[in-house]
Amino acid sequence: MPVSGAMTGREDRSLTTTTIESHEPDQDVRPRTLSRRATGADAVFAHSARAVGASVLVITGGVGMFLAWQAYPTLKRYGFSFFTEQAWQPDEDVIGIAAVLGGTISVALVAMFFAFPAALMMALYISEYAPAKLKATLVSVIDLMAAVPSIVYGLWGFFLVMPHAAELALWLHKHLGWIPIFDVRGTDPDAAVWDTTRYVASAFCAGIAVSMMVMPMACAVMRQVFSQTPQGEKEAALALGASRWGMITAVVLPFGRGGIIGGTMLGLGRALGETIAVVLIISPAFELKPNILEVGTSTISALIAGRFGEASPAQLSALLAAGFVLFMITLVINTLAAVVVNRSRSGSDTI
Amino acid sequence: MTTVAPDPETLAKPATFRPTYDDDAAPALPRPGLGKPTPDERFSKIGSWLGALGLAWLVTQRLLPLEGLPWFLITWFVFGTVVGAVSAAMSGGIIDVKDRVAESVITATALVVVAAVASAIVFVFSRGWKPLTHLNFVTDDMSGVGPKDGFEVGGILHAIVGSGIELGIALLITLPLGIGTAVFMTEVGGRFAKVVRTVVEAMTALPSIVAGLFIYTVFIIALGTHGPGRSGLAASLAISVMMLPIIARAADVVLRVVPGGLREASLALGASRWRTVWHVVLPTARPGLATAVILGVARGVGETSPVLLTSGAAGFMVTNPTDGAMNSLPLFIYSTVRSGEPTAITRAFGAATVLLILVLVLFVTARLLARQRTGPSRSRSKK
Repeated sequence: MPVSGAMTGREDRSLTTTTIESHEPDQDVRPRTLSRRATGADAVFAHSARAVGASVLVITGGVGMFLAWQAYPTLKRYGFSFFTEQAWQPDEDVIGIAAVLGGTISVALVAMFFAFPAALMMALYISEYAPAKLKATLVSVIDLMAAVPSIVYGLWGFFLVMPHAAELALWLHKHLGWIPIFDVRGTDPDAAVWDTTRYVASAFCAGIAVSMMVMPMACAVMRQVFSQTPQGEKEAALALGASRWGMITAVVLPFGRGGIIGGTMLGLGRALGETIAVVLIISPAFELKPNILEVGTSTISALIAGRFGEASPAQLSALLAAGFVLFMITLVINTLAAVVVNRSRSGSDTI
Repeated sequence: MTTVAPDPETLAKPATFRPTYDDDAAPALPRPGLGKPTPDERFSKIGSWLGALGLAWLVTQRLLPLEGLPWFLITWFVFGTVVGAVSAAMSGGIIDVKDRVAESVITATALVVVAAVASAIVFVFSRGWKPLTHLNFVTDDMSGVGPKDGFEVGGILHAIVGSGIELGIALLITLPLGIGTAVFMTEVGGRFAKVVRTVVEAMTALPSIVAGLFIYTVFIIALGTHGPGRSGLAASLAISVMMLPIIARAADVVLRVVPGGLREASLALGASRWRTVWHVVLPTARPGLATAVILGVARGVGETSPVLLTSGAAGFMVTNPTDGAMNSLPLFIYSTVRSGEPTAITRAFGAATVLLILVLVLFVTARLLARQRTGPSRSRSKK
């Protein structure tokens, strides 16, 4: 057997003796102490990096603290009615964000209604259905969509989409008008000449433009999570006879659940804070209403953009309070999104 | 290739039979790829869509009063899905039907998304190409030009220059701070770094309008007449507040994926941590960092809301960022389109086209830089 041969060889070699000089037995042998403490240039590096980190902490944290500090007088003065009052009439000392908060949420929900299925299907198409040659192009298209300025989507939404959205709104009103959210007050859907002005500049139209902005964000997160699905599990499902859709429902979607939820919430956070496309499209109205198809709504960011110019210091504080509320909402949503993605199986390195 | 079947007698005895090759047999047919659809499947797939096309034409043009392209496309899609589902049901079960329906729905949605992007870009270009045919559109400013004047006079040079100056200052602030923070978070670490990371990640949620309102309150109202007021500097500060968390976070993600082995190798060779960061980590991450920064710039150049509150819209060329109102591209588009004059709106679309081209160029640059990462390093490792 070859093993024994090798062993004998080693035995032969071991015949030549090697003597190792031994130290004096009484000499004290100790491992040298290792220090992780940076010295010299490293210390400078570590300290300056820490200083940069601290300054960024001060800047970014300062914004949040400042907002909270500025919002405090308003919140103290108006108390809970700040959240329940619909009107925003600083001259009459009536200030509340109920209407704009409702508008913000309805625009964001309309946006997510369009963006969520589109993002999910697009992500599935890119990761599972698209031909290999097309994949890189489609990924670029999605990233490009995220880079297109919001004002461009605003122009697109205002000039190209809004007339068609109004027609769609009319159709919805005509056929589904008995549902409160599709109702448009003050106009008859069956009139011979339909009143276009009642159907434009609504939360619905703004939501369509905003959906174009949030769709790529949600889609990018979902796609990244889907692409991390273990290939072995997918192949196992296919080998067991699953159809492609069966494989997706059995492997890809459960694996990517965290990414789906996280990406959607990330998009929702962006949709809540979107300003310029909304300002361009809506006509401001301070009323809390479920009629998303009806003309007129307002969002917190549109309120700030519209009212900052003529604001007195007290009104500015009220606007900052509204901005603070918006920031807290997006912060909570983004944090939840990060937690959901981090806790899912697909791991933390996705967003 | 044929096998000799063992007859039942010999099976009783334990023996091994080897297959013998038959030289006279016809060569085996090449097996079609398992993943590829058979001609039958391909026919039922394409055929159902062709059939649906005819049905949709019949229904929308001849039977029902559904005019217009949208109705035609919707009915085509519905019929295509139904016919596909029926043809799948003929050869398979409910699983095949689900598979077929899911595929058509997903593909159709992807097409709609791509069409929406294309429509946005094509629409802006088609409405905005006319002002671009006049050279003065990019070499002149709007001083003394009324909203009704034609495209022979006036241009958006002041807005382009303003955008450039504002973004330049913003980059001067955010680039060192953002990448420095990312280096701190990944390379130095510790408990404090965790706090910084948490706060930076939280601040990416800051709506851009709130960033603008912050600078407006602090820099313009609080400083009052002592400060420069509404100016390019204020606008770049607002953009910085918005961009800093975005760039810091993106750079953090890029630095985190630098393989730990590279760092360890450098440290094991005796390099100091500072040298490791400067000569190993940052060069490795350079393409990724460039991509992150360029995408941050693309975001910053198009963001209107912080600029809207802080810079004020000047109609003339301003090159001093501390000297009064300064215009920028998104703000110019916004304020011009709001004027409602058809010529002014077309002018705004022209500016939007320029902005879109700018973003496209930045985007393509970022893509090319990102691609370089895999290109040369792979070929080097092959040697």
